Amino acid sequence: MAQASFDQVREGQEIPTFQRVTDFMHWNRYAAVNDEFVYIHMDDEMAQKIGQPAAFGMGNLQASYLHNLLRQWVGDDGWIKKVSCQFRGMNFKNDTITAKGTVVKKYEQDGEKLVDLDIWTENQKGEKLCPGKATVALAG
Amino acid sequence: MAEEKPTTYITDEERTQLGVERPGTSSPPVAAGDIRKWAIAVYWPERPPALFWDQEHAKKTRWGGIIAPQEFNPFTWPAERPKNRPSAMGTGQPGTRILNGGAETEYFVPIRPGDVITSSSKLAEVYEREGRMGLMKFVVTQTDWKNQRGELVRINKNTLIYY
Repeated sequence: MAQASFDQVREGQEIPTFQRVTDFMHWNRYAAVNDEFVYIHMDDEMAQKIGQPAAFGMGNLQASYLHNLLRQWVGDDGWIKKVSCQFRGMNFKNDTITAKGTVVKKYEQDGEKLVDLDIWTENQKGEKLCPGKATVALAG
Repeated sequence: MAEEKPTTYITDEERTQLGVERPGTSSPPVAAGDIRKWAIAVYWPERPPALFWDQEHAKKTRWGGIIAPQEFNPFTWPAERPKNRPSAMGTGQPGTRILNGGAETEYFVPIRPGDVITSSSKLAEVYEREGRMGLMKFVVTQTDWKNQRGELVRINKNTLIYY
């Protein structure tokens, strides 16, 4: 896996994105592995009862996409030290979800090469669904 | 005349619960297949990184073997389900509305096949802020995971907002 190199990281830099066009093929698989069977993620009528237009994907899957974004950047030998995110918007059927990140700061601490990032997922309209922050340790 | 409102919604119960560790449950041993399926699901429809399913590849990494994707949840599919699974601590209030204020997770050592993870939770913080909708109460629950060697795996802080 391609791996970010600490020397080449620039503050303000955008990291390569992670993107999926999502529907029930993704949500059902995620429901199965996270044992997360909730009607609002399965049934349009149940989602409409809570004021949403249709069933929508899990917030936790958005969080996984943010982890995927960071993993593909740090590589096998990197490590995600900290992730935060807030669930702000819904992921509806056939939405194109893009996980993005920008470098806020790079620094060395206790012998580790660390990078702070702003991270988020957004839909095809550019609406941020799951904004957050991360700190990763780079292997080299 | 404006109706009289309480100056705080933080309860005595919450004050006494603050910081008190509640032992949680232990996971079943993590299977390599659980890790592989998690990775497949979160990378669907593309092939997940080999670190999560190919032992030969994983041996060559700094980890020396397969590890789980860091956000992997080992507590799924219990054979017996408690009827009222408490999803949060604290006692709720202002109004009836609740908002997931988000989560923050710190990771320490990876989860590997065979690991048994034990969780414990505590009410970490309760505070209030005046917002546009009136008084809002923030309840922060902290959940720590340790492995069978007592090593810290992760600390998760989840905030629920009552308003």
